[in-house]
Amino acid sequence: MSIASFEPTTLLSVLPEILLLALAAIILVVDLASKRSRGLLLAWLTALGLTGIIIITLLYGQPGENDVLIFGGMLRHDWMAFAFKILFLFAAAMTALLSIDVEGVADRGEYYALLVVATLGMSLMVSSADMIMLFLAIETTSIPLYVLAGFMKGDDKSTESGLKYFLFGALTSAVMLYGFSLLYGFSGDTNIYRLSEAMHAGAVSTWLIGGMAVLVLVGFSFKISAAPFQFWAPDVYEGAPTPITTFISTASKAAGFAVLLRFMLAVFPAIEAEWVTLLAIIAAVTMTVGNLLAIPQTNIKRLLAYSSIAHAGYALIGLVALSSFGTASVIFYLIGYVVTNIAAFGVVILFARSAGSDEIVDYAGLSRRSPGLALVLLVALLSLGGMPPLAGFVAKFYVFAAAVESGWIWLAFVGVLNAIIGLYYYMTILKVVYLYRSEDEDKPIAIPRSYALVLVICVIAILAIGTLSAPWLDWSIKSALSLF
Amino acid sequence: MEVPILSIVVFTPIVFGIALFFFPAERHREIRIFALAGATVALLLSLWAYFTYDQVIGGYQLVERYSWVPRLGISYHVGVDGMNAPLVLLTGIVMFTGVLVSWGIDDRPREFFGFLFILATGVFGVFVSLDLFQLFFFYEIAVFPMYLLIAIWGWKVTREYAAMKLTLYLFIGSLIAIVGGLAMYFASGAHSFSLFALEQASFSVEFQRFWFPFVFFGFAVLGGIFPVHNWSPDGHVAAPTAVSMFHAGVLMKVGAFAALRVGIMLLPEGAKFWAPLVLGLATVNVVYGAFIASIQTDFKYVIGFSSVSHMGLVILGFATLNLDGITGAGIQMFSHGVMTALFFAVVGMVYDRAHTREIPKLGGFFKAMPLVGIAFIIGGLVSMGMPGFSGFIAEFPIFMGLWQSQPIVAILAAISIVITAGYIMRVIGRVFFGEMPEEFIGNITPINNFDKIALVILSGVLLLIGVYPTIIAPLVESGARAVLALVGGA
Amino acid sequence: MAFLQAHLLTLILFSPVAGAVLLLLIPRERLQTIRWAALLVSLIPFGLALWLWFTYQPGVEGYQFVEQAIWYEAIGSSYHLGVDGISVPMVMLTTLLTPLAILISWSIEENVRSYMALFLLLETGMLGVFMSLDLLIFFVFWEIGLIPMYFLINQWGSENREYASFKFLIYTMAGSLGLLLAIQMIGVASGTFDLIAITEQWPTLNQSLTLFGLPITLAIGTVKKIAFWAFVVAFAIKVPVWPFHTWLPDAHTEAPTAGSMILAGVLLKLGAYGFLRLVLPLYPVEAKYFAGVLGFLAVLAIVLGAFASWGQDDFKRLVAYSSVNHMGFVVLGIAAAAFAQGTMQADDAVIAINGAVLQMFNHGLSAAGMFLLVGVIYDRAHTRDLNKLGGLFPVAPIYGGILIFTAMASLGLPGLNGFVSEFLVVRGSWPIFTLYTALSMLGLLITGAYILKGIAKVLHGPLNEKFLGQKMEINRREIIAMAPLMLLMLLIGVWPAWILNVINQTVKLLFG
Repeated sequence: MSIASFEPTTLLSVLPEILLLALAAIILVVDLASKRSRGLLLAWLTALGLTGIIIITLLYGQPGENDVLIFGGMLRHDWMAFAFKILFLFAAAMTALLSIDVEGVADRGEYYALLVVATLGMSLMVSSADMIMLFLAIETTSIPLYVLAGFMKGDDKSTESGLKYFLFGALTSAVMLYGFSLLYGFSGDTNIYRLSEAMHAGAVSTWLIGGMAVLVLVGFSFKISAAPFQFWAPDVYEGAPTPITTFISTASKAAGFAVLLRFMLAVFPAIEAEWVTLLAIIAAVTMTVGNLLAIPQTNIKRLLAYSSIAHAGYALIGLVALSSFGTASVIFYLIGYVVTNIAAFGVVILFARSAGSDEIVDYAGLSRRSPGLALVLLVALLSLGGMPPLAGFVAKFYVFAAAVESGWIWLAFVGVLNAIIGLYYYMTILKVVYLYRSEDEDKPIAIPRSYALVLVICVIAILAIGTLSAPWLDWSIKSALSLF
Repeated sequence: MEVPILSIVVFTPIVFGIALFFFPAERHREIRIFALAGATVALLLSLWAYFTYDQVIGGYQLVERYSWVPRLGISYHVGVDGMNAPLVLLTGIVMFTGVLVSWGIDDRPREFFGFLFILATGVFGVFVSLDLFQLFFFYEIAVFPMYLLIAIWGWKVTREYAAMKLTLYLFIGSLIAIVGGLAMYFASGAHSFSLFALEQASFSVEFQRFWFPFVFFGFAVLGGIFPVHNWSPDGHVAAPTAVSMFHAGVLMKVGAFAALRVGIMLLPEGAKFWAPLVLGLATVNVVYGAFIASIQTDFKYVIGFSSVSHMGLVILGFATLNLDGITGAGIQMFSHGVMTALFFAVVGMVYDRAHTREIPKLGGFFKAMPLVGIAFIIGGLVSMGMPGFSGFIAEFPIFMGLWQSQPIVAILAAISIVITAGYIMRVIGRVFFGEMPEEFIGNITPINNFDKIALVILSGVLLLIGVYPTIIAPLVESGARAVLALVGGA
Repeated sequence: MAFLQAHLLTLILFSPVAGAVLLLLIPRERLQTIRWAALLVSLIPFGLALWLWFTYQPGVEGYQFVEQAIWYEAIGSSYHLGVDGISVPMVMLTTLLTPLAILISWSIEENVRSYMALFLLLETGMLGVFMSLDLLIFFVFWEIGLIPMYFLINQWGSENREYASFKFLIYTMAGSLGLLLAIQMIGVASGTFDLIAITEQWPTLNQSLTLFGLPITLAIGTVKKIAFWAFVVAFAIKVPVWPFHTWLPDAHTEAPTAGSMILAGVLLKLGAYGFLRLVLPLYPVEAKYFAGVLGFLAVLAIVLGAFASWGQDDFKRLVAYSSVNHMGFVVLGIAAAAFAQGTMQADDAVIAINGAVLQMFNHGLSAAGMFLLVGVIYDRAHTRDLNKLGGLFPVAPIYGGILIFTAMASLGLPGLNGFVSEFLVVRGSWPIFTLYTALSMLGLLITGAYILKGIAKVLHGPLNEKFLGQKMEINRREIIAMAPLMLLMLLIGVWPAWILNVINQTVKLLFG
């Protein structure tokens, strides 16, 4: 990999980041400048701004045939980074729209600015090729997210969630940083792509490499909420304002996966067999823990939190497969998962606005109260469960395919069994929505246009990814190939 | 330009179903008429597909193929042959009659027909699939709507439990089969999910023997094979009438058919190796199912268990791996499908009026509903394998196949015929003849015209095949030959 | 005319069903219309059967009026009909008795339309068995006869009808199960179900049935043996042969009058026909081997049946057991012929079979007649208890005369039909099964006893006061129903050649 010397065109590769920074600034200025009814304005500004950035990036930011390291080897401009950036931008735009009229957050400019900054951090995360850059990017992402989780100052749960998130994140970050420092120590280099050779040249023992890998994995596992570092997720998801939950569960998790994929494949090829086995076990445990603990939940946000944990497990299977197809399946899985989760949480937000509750039992009779909303929830939950013709089915299919291709049959079966458990609790929610009655059935649920837009976009995306998965798969494979 | 008949058949239901969701919820009449229109279209097209199949040419006809995910060798590939053409027609018939007997559904008919049609598309899709991924895709689509249909519109006492049990059982079966399918895909090296490619791939004998149980039993769960059959009786009973008709009449055939298509046809060595076990389990189905049916007191449970028993015959036919057995199994899928749809329609009509299904509490319904009674008797005669009806036409070759394969099984299975005769006649006698209990006298409303049309169609088909088997037997036989060519068996 | 000639059998076979369908179009309240329509419809096959009788050429080898059409090619079965000297009398019997049975059913008030339709369906089933030359078709029609009879007993029978009909059903189905399995085995072994083809290849068939997957094969000899026993059991239940007869008394007694007429008159003959058509030609060796057992059972039927009949108090049950007794002669004749086939005593075998077939026809007439007469009394007296009846001769002289006439035919009085057939059987069996024949004479003796008992208890003795003032005499319709039977009984009694010739020509060719 050559480190390209600086040319003005290199700036194009960081165009999204530049634009994001500009957008954050604009938001703050607009917030200061305008006086009244700012929530709507700010949200649409953010969303449209992000959409604009997506378009510009698609047009101008595409990487060339070769993957290049730029900015002195700090960043790598490749398809993987490109694909994930689009994904983050999309998730952020949806989150912005979903934040309209949410109490306590909607009319605060800082909220949107922090959202954009977190997106910036994720963008950098995914293209980082240097450990220091990576750590900075991770922190740039995490700190705004800690704040955003605890944004609703008056709400105890939110404050608790923010604090928990912060403490947990800081701890795991520290461990990961220690891992990074050891890696630097043993190789003398901070560039991810040179670490492996350097360690090999220095004949570092396998045990040591393994130890460093474990340390680093601590940080990554936290980010993707994989076992045994998933404990923060239910409390944080439950307490945070739901749009932020949406964002954390989708974009932040995807960012964590992106980093995991890039880092592990680039830095530890020497002990591939070992860390793959470790990840397989982690995946199995994560899936199982997530699914089993989801069953007794009564709060839908907590349930979706555990479900997110489980989905991290499913996605990990693709990485365990250790093939370009496997990595592609992870990316595909994340794409499908992001749109699905946004749709699911979108329904939760809407319901909470009108009915004021996040308890599953209160969803009774939703199908009569608001048939459209119930249908969206049906589509989202079925996609999470892995039913065709929705995205979740194809995503799981590809992930299991990758596992079978690489010979991880037992893991595929564990995945299968877990899918069943998942289906059980998703169906239970649907049962409540469609079967149970309540007295509130005649009270309609308000669905403002912005929310409708988000839900429609996501449902169409779920169906499109599920039925016509070819283009998305090609995209994912292209991205994966840039790691091999 | 060739009209893509099969695709229209497959997608008509879901298009109508989704369109239904745009109707205002209260316009019940328009919803029903629209649903009936959709069912009619599907029926007419499936009749066309069935009767235009040219047996002289043979092979797959009405084939369509479009690239779907070329990177993985997945394509949208459909076609009919002798084995699945009758099943497509069966689905059309059951869908049409199912809509007719559901005319009275008052609680959210829009959602009901919508989900039912999504189910129908899944079923059609599985039958005509020539691509393994596509088969799985449509298979799952066929499984899930059952959950909502049973949980929302089913029998209050057990519906939630039955719906959940059914869905989980079927889902786990199909997922296990998927893993097997993936193994086949990768082992074949053909980089294609096309069933043709997988048929040609020569898997090693050990591979086939290892993976056959996963694939076959994964799908056969939906076929109701012992011991993973017990989702079926509860599911049948809890479901509303049209859903029971679909469930027993069509859905169980999806499972058996997929087991044949993916298990036996793609892993023939595995099939031969495991045939004795399959024969054994299916025999248990046939005999045990009949016994359990005979001790039930709930009218609908009798029919439910009798379905388990008859599906056992289908699986037995497949497991003989010879021409007679497979032909018989193919005909039995059709015959039993229509028969059980008829049974459940009748049960529904009785229950709607009597509000009980306990056999001791019923009686004398023949006088009040003579057409219903005759329809049930016809169904009963079919299930006994009485000559003159389709059941005989189907069961006879299965037995002939068993004689060539495992005579002892033939004898055991034949015993079940007597048991079946016993309980069927008992049910007929107790429910339709004898004294009508006080509370029903004068309160039994006659069935409406739609119900009558449905009963006549179903009974007529059973009778037609019974007296004129040429209308189905040669077609199925040609399909069976194609299967045998792959198995390379007797 | 050519059409008629070419499709005579199909027309005879399906005109009852067509008629039944037409009947269903008549509104159910118009009872008289239904009855007359049913009667007229049933006369059509009778007329056609007469044509058949007169255009049939005795002595020509093979089957006549053969028809064949594609039916279930996939497994080697075709729609194949044909008649010879054994089946033509049976066809006549069936088409004769059905109109008479319908005529006697004028007193049925409930669900007349269904009743008549079921009778016509039943007729098709029975005719099909007699006419079929394809094993599968044989089985199809065999079974078709079952269900209508079940319903006839179950819906229109007497107090104990539920039990009787159910027993009938299960017994006969169990028997047909064996039949089914046997036919399947034969079909698999010879690759076709066509009777003519099978009869040709059967003796030389030596290809074993392979058992898939197992290292052993089922030797063709074993296949043949299993099929033989399956056939024997199935037919033995139908005839019925002692000890498979226990369904008969209940079924016959509880069935409505017309039902009993057809049951005893025709249905029992299906079993005997099965022996003659399938067992003897296909299994000469096994049949010969087991003929002794069969003969013994026949004797038991004759003797014990007679004793049982003698001990009855229920008039109808008495007649029912008499069927066991009379059919015993049929079986005796068949057994003797089986034993003597191909030996020096072939001529006697021929005589025995002649007797057996004629006895089938005769018993059809006399049993139908007896049941008819029992029904006449039951309609009026509402009891079948012999102890409660009595002294009816003065109040119903015509009835008495007819009863005595029919009873004498049943008893085997020379000059009437029973004598001829029983004589032939005895004459034929004596050289072959001397001991058995001698024992069956005992049965004849007791036959006389029970017949006379029946007559005495009904016609003679004191009249029960209940019947005073009631119109007990047989009416014109019932006389018309009895007339053809009595005519035939007399005709065959004094001049049997017209029918014996037809039978004999074929029997000589087949068993000579």
